[in-house]
Amino acid sequence: MMLEAKNVHKSFDGKMILKGIDVTVNKGDVVAILGPSGSGKTTLLRCLNFLERADEGTLTFDDTQVDLHHVSKRDIAAIRKKTAFVFQNYNLFQNKTVLDNVTLGLTSARGMKKDKAREKAIKALERVGMADRLDSYPAQLSGGQQQRVAIARGLASDPEIIYFDEPTSALDPELIGEVLSVMRSLAEEGMTMLVVTHEMEFARNVSNTVLFMEDGVVIEHAPTKEFFNAPKSERAREFVHRILSREE
Amino acid sequence: MSQHTWGILVDAFPKLLKYLVNVTVPLTVLSFALAIVIAVIVALIQYANIKGLKQICRFYIWVVRGTPVLVQLYLIFYGLPKLGLVLDAFPCAVLVFGFNEAAYMAESVRGSLESVSKGQLEAGQCVGMNYLQIMWHIVLPQAFRVAFPALSNSLISLTKETSLAASITVMEMFRQAQVINGRVYQPIGLYTEVALVYLLLCTVLTAVQHWGERRLGSYGTKPEDPGFFGRLFGRRKGGAAV
Repeated sequence: MMLEAKNVHKSFDGKMILKGIDVTVNKGDVVAILGPSGSGKTTLLRCLNFLERADEGTLTFDDTQVDLHHVSKRDIAAIRKKTAFVFQNYNLFQNKTVLDNVTLGLTSARGMKKDKAREKAIKALERVGMADRLDSYPAQLSGGQQQRVAIARGLASDPEIIYFDEPTSALDPELIGEVLSVMRSLAEEGMTMLVVTHEMEFARNVSNTVLFMEDGVVIEHAPTKEFFNAPKSERAREFVHRILSREE
Repeated sequence: MSQHTWGILVDAFPKLLKYLVNVTVPLTVLSFALAIVIAVIVALIQYANIKGLKQICRFYIWVVRGTPVLVQLYLIFYGLPKLGLVLDAFPCAVLVFGFNEAAYMAESVRGSLESVSKGQLEAGQCVGMNYLQIMWHIVLPQAFRVAFPALSNSLISLTKETSLAASITVMEMFRQAQVINGRVYQPIGLYTEVALVYLLLCTVLTAVQHWGERRLGSYGTKPEDPGFFGRLFGRRKGGAAV
């Protein structure tokens, strides 16, 4: 087991968003976190990478176990260096070129030599098909291109897991495909991924596990095939039914 | 204008320039240097939300922005000696202008820091950078680009404000014009002349601002640059007025 979070709680202004979530991710897993808007999917992902400080819960990452609420800066830094996070709105560094966006985390946070960082960055950018735009600024790229650079930024540090927070939700429909195909190829290469998404096609065909959430609770945690073919809970059945009927 | 008047103005010109170069410009530069150091510190304290210090910063901005700079000059120059602290007029002016302009600039800088989206910081955290690295590589460069026009504004405004130092006996350019006027009584000619010198100086600063903005770059966000004169007269390249 690579990552195990237990009993994650989080409230905002007295409103409880996560009511005790458990997640386990094994190496090579592609976990799709599904559920209606407002169910706490994004908050869960952000808690796992300490972008939000959970009120309660534990996280075991490899051999490190931390309390999600009372976690030290050192542990946060150590865990973050093994992970990557892809945001809904890309969050590329606006003042940096494509190449610098990818190398910055290597040179500044990991003290890597410039040449080596450049080499790694170009390899990562090749994987997402953006190696021909090294000197462009984010503002000169389409949303799909920006998101692919953001994925390369994550890949460059050889993370053990990549968190995706609705990576295609801000994209024009015709740009979604290029990002999903990059994600699909990562999954095929064995990358461990935890993906909050509304792309059912992707969840169904690429993920091996589904975590279905509603109102801050995990309703169903099942292998993907099982979830889509024979959902156990009433809510999951409705959810799947609604999606399947929309697709027809 | 008579030959006589013209002669007086021509005579006065090198004297005015001398005080411009020897006093007005150093006064402006020193005050601005002091102001930018204070402004950045005050803005960063508020941005980083350092309890206690933040309240002190808000208080400082409230008081300084809420009182006239002329009154501040009088208070420090004429008031402090009563408390046993005697400062020469020039350093006194530097201090007052520095602290005064800094209060405005601190707000410009704070606004610029806050204009950098939270997502930029989060992305920095997620690639493993620490707070100082994120500030240095991501937030400050982006904020500086945003703050630059407002800071240029402050510099230009400060340049003209230094003429108030005349009221606390600093012999700068405007006071020199007053002195000459006391001898020859040509208020229209002399004060127009001194106004034109300030205008000239501020035109140079405007050009410097333009050059600076171009050098800072826009990270690919801006289309064609209208050029210095184009901007001065509100024209885009191609000639159409905006």
